[in-house]
Amino acid sequence: MVNYVWLGMVVFGILVAGAQGHIEVVTKAALDGAQIAVQTSLSLIAIITFWLGIMKLAEAAGLVQGLAKVVRPITGFLFPSIPKDHPAMGAIVMNLSANILGLGNAATPMGLIAMQELQKLNKHRPDTASEAMCTFLALNTGCITIIPTTIIGIRVLYGSQEPTEIVGTTVFATLCGMIVAILADRLLRSLYRNRW
Amino acid sequence: MYELINQISRWAIPVMLLFIPLLAFIKKVPVFETFVEGAEAGFSTAIKTIPFLTAMLVAVSIFRASGAMELLASWISPVLNMVGIPADILPHAVMRPLSGGAALGIATEIIKTHGPDSFVGRLVSTMQGSSDTTFYVLTLYFGSVGIRKYRYAVASGLTADFTTLIASIMICKLMF
Repeated sequence: MVNYVWLGMVVFGILVAGAQGHIEVVTKAALDGAQIAVQTSLSLIAIITFWLGIMKLAEAAGLVQGLAKVVRPITGFLFPSIPKDHPAMGAIVMNLSANILGLGNAATPMGLIAMQELQKLNKHRPDTASEAMCTFLALNTGCITIIPTTIIGIRVLYGSQEPTEIVGTTVFATLCGMIVAILADRLLRSLYRNRW
Repeated sequence: MYELINQISRWAIPVMLLFIPLLAFIKKVPVFETFVEGAEAGFSTAIKTIPFLTAMLVAVSIFRASGAMELLASWISPVLNMVGIPADILPHAVMRPLSGGAALGIATEIIKTHGPDSFVGRLVSTMQGSSDTTFYVLTLYFGSVGIRKYRYAVASGLTADFTTLIASIMICKLMF
């Protein structure tokens, strides 16, 4: 599916640019995109290195496993394929907690750690996403948010009378998204299982 | 309530940074060596994401700069107007799963133009806060471990995005 979306964006974009008579923007846009990608990855080096170090400490201290044990009733239901007390569980829980609290810059490295742990369990097809990975991504993109920090900041900036009044509506919308993400994941998982 | 959550957000990471190394030390873990051992993989993990992110951001960038996104938005907006959804939010809805920075830019623009306490302002705030940049997360996370076949992850992610969008519109119509 990602192949269709990707090709669609490129082809449709170039055709529209040509039809509207400003084909010259395409080259610049493509290179700008590449530039941002490299910059993003480079700026991730610092934050990932740092969090990987902290996570290794947490693992050595037995914290990650402890956390995994506490939330096992929920994660056991969501991720039946991950063995009990596997470090992947701890990393997943930490990533989702960071998402819930709106700590965006801590959530990303935790998510990357969770992916690495999940990849260790994904031995048969190392280039194909495992079911647990798909569930994790669905939960990650459709995760409940309690405090949308960035947008509250922007509302304050433009003089809102009540910058936080959107917290309630956000919680509701993300809750709906999360429930549907879990349902969609379950449904698609069983559909794909029959096909493969 | 907001104040409490705000304080938790502020304290969460410093407390973790205090607590984790201390606990490890008490458990006789060689803290410095262990940190370095873990951090070792940071560089290669970040570098591995470059080709994946490049592919995605190049496509998004062409799609946006060419005017294709606005064209798409203008095609859908009559349908939205029929069901009473303001067309102003459409560029944001289209851009949100593709690019976090661009979506935030659009949200800021709408808030600036219409005011944060207008209906559109509140709606776009809810939309911005409640959804994530699905394609970025997909590319980055899968890219970091070399996953090329995403299987149904795109479909379930986008289903969640769409639900969040509809839920945002419904709850804002109800509340504001």
